[in-house]
Amino acid sequence: MDIRSQVAMVFHLDKCIGCHTCSIACKNVWTDRKGADYMWWNNVETKPGTGYPTQWENQEEYKGGWMVKDGKLQLRLTSKGKFLQKIFHQPSLPTMDEYYEPWTYRYEDLFNGPEQDDQPTAIPVSKVTGQYIDIEAGPNWDDDLGGSPLYARNDVNLSALSEEQRLQLLSIETLVMFYLPRICNHCANPACVAACPSGAIYKRGEDGIVLINQNVCRGWRYCVSACPYKKVFYNWSTGKSEKCLLCYPRVETGQAPACFHSCVGRIRYMGVLLYDADKIEAAGLKPDAELVTAHRDLLADPNDPAVIESARKNGVTEQVLQSARKSPVYRFVKDWGLALAPHPEYRTFPSLFYVPALGPVTYSMENGVALNPTSTEEIFAPLEQARLPMSYLASLFGAGQEAPVRYAMKKMLAIRTWKRATEVGDVDLKVALAGLREADCDPEQAEAIYRLTSLCSFEDRFVIPASHREQAVEVLTNPLERKGAAGFGFREAPQRGF
Amino acid sequence: MLTNFLFVGFPYVALVLAIVVSILRFTWRPFSYSSLSSQFLETESLFWGSSLWHWGILWVLSGHLFAFFLPEAILAWNARPLRLYLLELTGLSMALLALVGVVALIVRRFTDRRVKVVTSPLDVVLLAVLLYQVASGIDVAIRYRWGSAWFSTNAAPYLWSLLKLAPRPELIAPLPWMVKLHFLSGFLVILLLPFTRLVHFLVVPIFYYWRRPQVVIWNRKGLR
Repeated sequence: MDIRSQVAMVFHLDKCIGCHTCSIACKNVWTDRKGADYMWWNNVETKPGTGYPTQWENQEEYKGGWMVKDGKLQLRLTSKGKFLQKIFHQPSLPTMDEYYEPWTYRYEDLFNGPEQDDQPTAIPVSKVTGQYIDIEAGPNWDDDLGGSPLYARNDVNLSALSEEQRLQLLSIETLVMFYLPRICNHCANPACVAACPSGAIYKRGEDGIVLINQNVCRGWRYCVSACPYKKVFYNWSTGKSEKCLLCYPRVETGQAPACFHSCVGRIRYMGVLLYDADKIEAAGLKPDAELVTAHRDLLADPNDPAVIESARKNGVTEQVLQSARKSPVYRFVKDWGLALAPHPEYRTFPSLFYVPALGPVTYSMENGVALNPTSTEEIFAPLEQARLPMSYLASLFGAGQEAPVRYAMKKMLAIRTWKRATEVGDVDLKVALAGLREADCDPEQAEAIYRLTSLCSFEDRFVIPASHREQAVEVLTNPLERKGAAGFGFREAPQRGF
Repeated sequence: MLTNFLFVGFPYVALVLAIVVSILRFTWRPFSYSSLSSQFLETESLFWGSSLWHWGILWVLSGHLFAFFLPEAILAWNARPLRLYLLELTGLSMALLALVGVVALIVRRFTDRRVKVVTSPLDVVLLAVLLYQVASGIDVAIRYRWGSAWFSTNAAPYLWSLLKLAPRPELIAPLPWMVKLHFLSGFLVILLLPFTRLVHFLVVPIFYYWRRPQVVIWNRKGLR
């Protein structure tokens, strides 16, 4: 047993309104720089949709994540033997065209334009070349199904659907969408770390945040290809890779990251998970059908004495252990089984879990025509009448398995019905209770889920222990030596080349 | 006098600067060590340029190194004409690959609108010198044949004499100017090495083969 601590996350998609406030908060803090201007460490996608970069889920093309080969876990990108062959040209690297070319407008033309008959205009110019640009794509080009069916049709997850279901999703009366906010998953088995030729990417032992040492990165670009979620970005100006750092200066002081803090729908939760690093490899070798369970088995019970002992041996502090017992993430993932990792079949074991979106799942269909619900019974119709096919969500969150997704959705629906019965009273309490039992839930748990979902305060959502990095530094070096050099990063301008 | 300056003074300046500046740069400006890849901005013509250039030049370079370390082995190999032809032909074709590659890279640098943005003056100088180095090498191979033989008898002893701090420029003084220029631009490449993106050659990630797949750094176990 090798228990480590991980700062983990839950995004409750049922509450996401797709406002992109998280993306803007991140952009303003971290990526408003030359070379990083195209990066969105946090982005919000509309699903069904192709996402950012386009079709990032298509691992046939991008070769991200892990695969099992000859009974061993291997990067999909390359075997160790053929590793250096790809260093001169990375065949599966997405280029700027797969993201988008960042642009601005020449606003000064509005003021400096010559006197003429027509109004002056601010033409779009590329932020790379400074030349006029014909804008062809953006980071959320298919927002709210814009451009569908051109974009939505190319969603990789749709391949799990029947032709009929696909047609239904694309016709205007029955279409459905939800939002998927994405940041780096700070995986337990990160493919980017394993692929980095220079060993520049590392996982912090204390909190599991995955970072790139900018002084060691040599721009070989393997990480960009290897990350199946395409959350490592190449800074084309400095020639170094960059990624989401989970606002670690904030997390270290017990604050929520910028994207979490600014979330309008309050969909984001952050807390500590303890996991057994010794089990990772065996879990990664499990077949697709068992991956969700294997991932949950990695997560250790913070009340188990053996777990606590092993964690202490690894230097996990009492404060961290305490907050692990109060972790909202542990409740959503382990206690309640509501939250699921994105694409577990990539075998990186993300530390970010999603509660799948329930609404608008219910809808009745007659001869292919969708009917508006007219009664409470119809609003709380069974999952079988869901407008979004379960197989779609299974492709996204269940490695193709419907069971774990169905379990979560069923429980959420049962709680919704239960609350309707207790608060409004137009649903029979007995029926609602039977529904709860059927969904592996009881009134007590239903109440707890309801509270953490709907009435959660800031302190409920973010249970983040402040780190003790300052103490750890004191053990190793004289802090006065570092006085004046304190802070994070290096004090050299990130300039390209020599 | 000129010979001493060009083939004793200049090589030493280039070598010393290459070593000292590379180390200083690695220590003081580690952030500047990068391949500065532009594949993210343009990938298709880079595939041809970069692949042909790197594979071609790696074979040519290892040929030079082999002849430098084991000149007698080359002479013994060349004892049979067929083997001599085979060696020369392989070297020449690899050099041609590198030539096509470097030309493709130069064309790409000056035609792609995005790649132009990330091109520095030193990149241009470096590409020009590399182009000259490969072109002059091919010219020598065609006009002054059996280079693998005279490399072993003249060039290798001269280069060794430099390393042993007992320079013998007279070994290459009688060689044609084209050959001498090839030497000079070779030393120029060494001189340019620490100042340009060529430093990526010094940090080729061979350690990847020995390291564990996951890197976990604990604060309490030491700072990095």
